[in-house]
Amino acid sequence: MLFASVFLPLLGAFVAGFFGRMIGDRASQIVTCVCVGLAGLASIPTFYDVAIQGNVQTLNLVTWLQSGTFEASWALRFDTLSAVMVMTVTIVSTLIHVYSVGYMSHDDSVPRFMAYLSLFTFAMLMLVTADNLVQLFFGWEGVGLVSYLLIGFWYKKPSACAAAIKAFVVNRVGDFGFLLGIFAIYFLYDSVAFDVIFDAVATKADARVTFFGIEAHALTITCLLLFVGAMGKSGQLLLHTWLPDAMEGPTPVSALIHAATMVTAGVFLVARMSPVFEYAPDALAVVTFVGATTAFFAATIGCVQNDIKRIIAFSTVSQLGYMFAACGVSAYQAGIFHLMTHAWFKALLFLGAGSVIHAMSEEQDIRKMGGIYRLIPVTFAVMVIGNLALTGVPPFAGYFSKDMVIEATHAAGTGVGNYAFGLLIIAAFLTSFYSWRLAFLAFFGKPRADHHTMEHVHESPLIMTIPLGLLAVGAVFAGFIGYSAFVGEGRPEFWGQAIAPLAAHDSIATVHAHHPPFLLKWLPLFVTIAGFGLAYLMYVKKPEYPARLVAAFPGVYKFLLNKWYFDELYNVIFVRPAFALGRIFWKRGDEGIVDRFGPDGISALAGRAAKRLGAVQSGYLYHYAFAMIVGIAVIVSWFVMGRD
Amino acid sequence: MTALSNFITGLPILSVITFLPLVGALFLLFVRGEAEVVARQARFVALWTTLLTFVISLFIWIGFEPGTADFQFVERLDWLPQYRIGYHMGVDGISMLFVILSTFLMPICILASWEAIEKQVREYMISFLILETMMVGMFCALDMVLFYVFFEGVLIPMFLIIGVWGGGRRVYSAFKFFLYTLTGSVLLLVAMLAMYFQVGTTDIPSLMQADFSRDMQYWLWLGMFASFAVKVPMWPVHTWLPDAHVDAPTAGSVILAGVLLKMGGYGFLRFSLPMLPEASEYFAPLVYTLSIIAIIYTSLVALVQSDMKKLIAYSSVAHMGYVTVGVFAANQQAIEGAIFQMLSHGVVSGALFLCVGVVYDRLHTREIDRYGGLANNMPKYAFAFMVFMLASVGLPGTAGFVGEFLVLTGVFQVNTWVALFAASGVILGATYMLFLYRRVVYGELTKADVKEMLDLDRREIAIFAPIIVVVMWMGVYPLPFLDVMSESVQALVSNYQADLKASGATEVTRLGGQLLAFLR
Repeated sequence: MLFASVFLPLLGAFVAGFFGRMIGDRASQIVTCVCVGLAGLASIPTFYDVAIQGNVQTLNLVTWLQSGTFEASWALRFDTLSAVMVMTVTIVSTLIHVYSVGYMSHDDSVPRFMAYLSLFTFAMLMLVTADNLVQLFFGWEGVGLVSYLLIGFWYKKPSACAAAIKAFVVNRVGDFGFLLGIFAIYFLYDSVAFDVIFDAVATKADARVTFFGIEAHALTITCLLLFVGAMGKSGQLLLHTWLPDAMEGPTPVSALIHAATMVTAGVFLVARMSPVFEYAPDALAVVTFVGATTAFFAATIGCVQNDIKRIIAFSTVSQLGYMFAACGVSAYQAGIFHLMTHAWFKALLFLGAGSVIHAMSEEQDIRKMGGIYRLIPVTFAVMVIGNLALTGVPPFAGYFSKDMVIEATHAAGTGVGNYAFGLLIIAAFLTSFYSWRLAFLAFFGKPRADHHTMEHVHESPLIMTIPLGLLAVGAVFAGFIGYSAFVGEGRPEFWGQAIAPLAAHDSIATVHAHHPPFLLKWLPLFVTIAGFGLAYLMYVKKPEYPARLVAAFPGVYKFLLNKWYFDELYNVIFVRPAFALGRIFWKRGDEGIVDRFGPDGISALAGRAAKRLGAVQSGYLYHYAFAMIVGIAVIVSWFVMGRD
Repeated sequence: MTALSNFITGLPILSVITFLPLVGALFLLFVRGEAEVVARQARFVALWTTLLTFVISLFIWIGFEPGTADFQFVERLDWLPQYRIGYHMGVDGISMLFVILSTFLMPICILASWEAIEKQVREYMISFLILETMMVGMFCALDMVLFYVFFEGVLIPMFLIIGVWGGGRRVYSAFKFFLYTLTGSVLLLVAMLAMYFQVGTTDIPSLMQADFSRDMQYWLWLGMFASFAVKVPMWPVHTWLPDAHVDAPTAGSVILAGVLLKMGGYGFLRFSLPMLPEASEYFAPLVYTLSIIAIIYTSLVALVQSDMKKLIAYSSVAHMGYVTVGVFAANQQAIEGAIFQMLSHGVVSGALFLCVGVVYDRLHTREIDRYGGLANNMPKYAFAFMVFMLASVGLPGTAGFVGEFLVLTGVFQVNTWVALFAASGVILGATYMLFLYRRVVYGELTKADVKEMLDLDRREIAIFAPIIVVVMWMGVYPLPFLDVMSESVQALVSNYQADLKASGATEVTRLGGQLLAFLR
């Protein structure tokens, strides 16, 4: 069962990838969907056994790396955390596979696409079931690779290729930190296996080390290095630039990778390593700070974007920030809970957006949509459900998880917790605003598309709307069902040893112990309604307001529209200097200095010397031989004299 | 099967695989007939000889006892007994896999040259067979004189392969290659002579036991360093490599990158570290510095190349930077990582040069801009290239990851700064390789002549398939490789540490110890 739920997707990917042309499109679709679907089914009893019954298990496959005391194996570890992830990933992935059958039906490389999706699912499962950091890194890089392949799926488009490379390289920057974090863990604990690390974690609680010339608290620096990896994968501030561009990939990819699974790997990493993070409060403060800042920052950008997928992409970045903010105040359970509910409603929003794009003849600009809610009622309905869940309206899924995140930051009672609380409230307002802005612009008002497009607006086929419906069910109920186990009273039994914050800073316990004041409790909902109201005012009641606002604050608008100019900044400080340096090293360094004074210089010198001696024989060989003999003579005499 | 394997392991197997290619080469000398026939014969003789050599060499692996650090399959004959110079062969966990690497790449090279080489085919094949003898002999030699003969012997066929069957500025490149390596070799010879005069034998295992004074070690180390650093190549003596690669025929590049570069790293492991531990420790910061420069500098240079082979050549320098860092970090993980990195780089960079060869054979240019969109008409090629590109980038699950990861793990325990800078290579490496792949394989298929290009044929698939299998195997289940080297590396490390302890080396005695203290 354990084995099947991880390796079936690999089988599907293998068959579709290598034999796709032979067996045809339809068979590839069936094979991959069935394999992933079976993996999803297999994950349910596993989840019941592991999370509900509390039977933590590890399936050791084979030793992978062994060198001296260093050892890493291929193993599938199933505790509550991985069981939750496996179930979420396989089920959402199955729905996305099925949806893709419809969405990609006109593409000419269907088998390749399905193979990539399945391969991705496999890599993600290896990541979440790893029992050591190196296998986790395998999955980590694996999902990075497949996301590169999927973003660049339409490889004929230069923009898709550029986005693919950008995604991989920016992720590598994060991985660079992650790798160093792994080395630091091995340095401290002499192992990379989770069990060993977690058992010994307290022994190094106060250890101090000198890394990179800085003498510091060992676990703080280690956790910060790991967090750099998490930032890269989860698109947190400074390493977020790849995620919006990644929308170049086909829409199901955005749903699978950039909403439901891969980008949440960073949050998973922090939760997985939570026993270590618990002993590094300074690192946790950084996690919260970065998370909250990102939540706010991405939401501001989301408010002015016009590409339907980019809006949702920034929304994803923002929501990931919420998850990190929760982890940083030791409310890992809330972070994972939000991760789980978010997987449902964000996949729903992305696939819904895909359905809209499909209906609008591949148009992605919401300024060119409008007035189509009657024409595609199912899509419209699921988008509304997605929005309600995302903005945290009770009783939809997001309400339960997001509120817990916000309350936990407040309950933490630390300075950075309060900072996060403030920013997350503002971000909740902005979230509501941009979500409804999107809905109003896309579905209401006068149609702004041309006649031709409008005539073709049509609801998507059943193969796409059924997955949408199922995701919508999740977006409605996932929060309500999971609340008690994930973050409610049942959480100690549910999580077991997988996530067990130290009692001293268990902020969820604080939330439960001290019922927050009435105002605090309903503040998130209040700002959500305010955001809705503002969006309604600006995009339904008074559609001329946005333009006036832009005219009033052109600088702010441009700043937001250009995503705070991070791309431009990085281009100036990293990309161009790298190429310029490369050219300088090559032309001036290798050719200008090394060769000029090295081989070319010596041979020229020898040539001149030989000429002067009037003993030129002919050609090169003589020059070189002469140079060598002179060299040998000099060196031998130097050596002989040097020894005396 | 056991009878066969008993028979084979009963032979002086190292000598057999060393000289079998030479027998093939001799045989080719006597082939007579029309040019066409001779060429055909030469190809088949070379292919069968190298294949047979490879198969026999596998018995070394099968018969190899991983539980000991001693030399195995030892052969010893008196050669010049009055000078205590002998014919002494043997392999341990450090050298054994390099023998396999050489014999594995050889048939692939012959196949890769099947159609690409049209003139003087017989002489070409003879050169390759002699080259194989020299390479294998070098990794098996346990006598310094024997080692030196093979070590230098490699130069001659390689020089000819570049100079005669190369393209572009082949004469310039061949001489540059020769000049660089020979200059280094001369210094190696001086160092070896000095050791001989001191100890009175050229037997390598005996020399490992010998004690050299600290001052002498410094000089000897520098002499050897000059030779091995050029071979690796380390920055700044790397400039021969891009030229040699660019002008060498495809198979020449494969051997150059696959095996010849490893001779430097192997030399460090066989001579510098065990024989000159104090000097190795003393100069380690120098090696670190040069290696880090190599990793960052050459990665940036690779980024701006417009010639495919040059790009991969520069990437080789960067990848070999990990090897030198790992060797001198001198702990279990770092050295095993360095050996593994050499093996994987041998396979992967060889394969990348083969990938260049495939398109070069079709369009006769290495300019990256002349290609683009090959994924459309050459999907099999795109797949193979993708696998090797990812292995070069060091993706977990491919061969490239294991070496890099173990090296960095080991280095981090010794010096975090070095690990930090070296690890930056994972970012830069990804950048230039993905950028290369994008420009060659992705994009719209616009150029008329590129559209005409055909996908891999059967011969080419036969070349790539085994390499892909090996690359994945080494990445997913590297244990058979690591097990082989484990004991020998452990012995090397513990002897090294014991020698240092005995000599009472301290931090301050390192070269520029105070200056580089901040590096700790």
